[in-house]
Amino acid sequence: MRKILDALGYILLWLCGALSIAFLAVILIYVLSRGIPGVNWQFLSTVYKPGLGLTGIRQIIWGTLGIAGLTLAIAVPVGVFAAIYMAEYAKRGRVLTAIRFCVESLAGIPSILYGLFGYTFFVMQCAFGFSLLSSALTLAIMVLPVIIRATEEALFTVPVSYREGSLALGAGKLTTLMRVVLPSAVPGILSAIILSMGRVMGETAAVYYTAGTMAKAPQTVFSSTRSLAVHLYLLVKEGLGAGEAFATATVLIVIIVGLNALASWIARRMSQRFTGGAKT
Amino acid sequence: MKRMKKALERVAETGFFLCAAAAVLALALIVVFLVAKGVPAASKIGLWPFISGTVWQPSAEKFGIAPMIAASLLSTLGAAVAGGLIGLACALLLAEVAPRALAGMMRPLIHLLAGIPSVVYGFFGLMAVVPLITQWFGGTGNSLLAVIVILSAMILPTMVSLAETALRAVPAAYREGSLALGATKMQTMLRVTLPAAKSGVLNAFVLSTGRAIGETMAVILVAGNRAALPSSILDPVRPLTANIALELSYASGLHEEALYLTGVVLLLFIVGINIASHLALRGGKGGR
Repeated sequence: MRKILDALGYILLWLCGALSIAFLAVILIYVLSRGIPGVNWQFLSTVYKPGLGLTGIRQIIWGTLGIAGLTLAIAVPVGVFAAIYMAEYAKRGRVLTAIRFCVESLAGIPSILYGLFGYTFFVMQCAFGFSLLSSALTLAIMVLPVIIRATEEALFTVPVSYREGSLALGAGKLTTLMRVVLPSAVPGILSAIILSMGRVMGETAAVYYTAGTMAKAPQTVFSSTRSLAVHLYLLVKEGLGAGEAFATATVLIVIIVGLNALASWIARRMSQRFTGGAKT
Repeated sequence: MKRMKKALERVAETGFFLCAAAAVLALALIVVFLVAKGVPAASKIGLWPFISGTVWQPSAEKFGIAPMIAASLLSTLGAAVAGGLIGLACALLLAEVAPRALAGMMRPLIHLLAGIPSVVYGFFGLMAVVPLITQWFGGTGNSLLAVIVILSAMILPTMVSLAETALRAVPAAYREGSLALGATKMQTMLRVTLPAAKSGVLNAFVLSTGRAIGETMAVILVAGNRAALPSSILDPVRPLTANIALELSYASGLHEEALYLTGVVLLLFIVGINIASHLALRGGKGGR
């Protein structure tokens, strides 16, 4: 009896495992098999003007890169410096607890609320309009927790002996930080940056309500633009053409899966560096 | 020279502090702005009629979000049960049962699921899941069921990685003790390891719930978005997130304020989930 129950349990566990992998396989195969035929140089290099029969995504790729670039340009320095404060300067106590609580809370806010806030504050209140700037500022807040947490963790993994060595040589705290600690933490930070980039590129709700939907490459930070994810959403929602939607989804998946793989590769390299390649 | 250096140190520390303070400021701004924009609607419509009202007709100035709250809760609950349990089983498999090499191959694949953007999930749901539901059960296919299926897949990776971490943190001695007493591997897993990892597993469920209730674009594409209380799992629904995203672009006046109030209600759910997560983790620590 016991044996039968145990066997049933194992069967159930393996079924659930197989189901999870099957789900991934089905999504990828379904989307990629229909999307790959549509991804060619013409699709990537022409502009999007459906009225003229042009359905390329060149300008939308520029828009996506513009949003991701400006977001990171804002979020990375702020996030890294904030993490430095939390890991290296702040004393344990109320201030640190409060900051950490806020970072955690920011991570839990759904993207549509970021969109709602970005629309109210940056688009309307600050009068930046639907623009690259509004979008980047909103998304910067959204990825801030990712960057802060990863940087903090990377700083914690830098061995104390590095710091002690530098301080013993007479270097000040700031010099030690900038010349010794931070460079050792670079791979960890880099992996967080790449992950955030993937998150920004895959984001829809928050971009839709801050950058608008103009299918044009941004000329200035005040121009409205459209990211790949928003483009896909609009194509699907308005039923504007399944072929382009599949192709756009394919491009999006390839970019983001590639970025995630790169990030985890860097993270693995980093953990080998401090443990001398020893398996833990 | 020395004084310069000291001044520089101080400037740097202040700079770092200001960046950390920016996170606090951002959270404060978000909460204050959403609440300030939503409060006028609460006073005009009344908080209780807003939450308990079952009719959402902006043109007739009728704003009740009970159908949206029901849709959000039902879809999140459904996904937490379906996706959560499958995820937990998957975590048990990876942490306790599967050979190391196989687990090492499955893990990155499941992480891959986490990387797929939500709009792609929605797109896949609309093209593949919705027609399947129509074919099997009839109806339009855009339904609560479709939302649950998509959300289950979306929370799976979160659930698997958090639950696996919790299971792996259980000391080996617990398992060895149980096995030495003659329990089978399966009994040990379910009666010893799982209860010992209870707080972490519970937290994994709670955080997955948070992800499901906040999901927007994937949900809009498959939910059908009808603002009425669902009477069956095949009825179209409109969760809170969809309500905001669908109408914000053209809303004005009281209608717009009602959407902000919807956002505040959603925020309250998230706060509740965060508190539950803290309690789950603390409960675990007190128990040891």
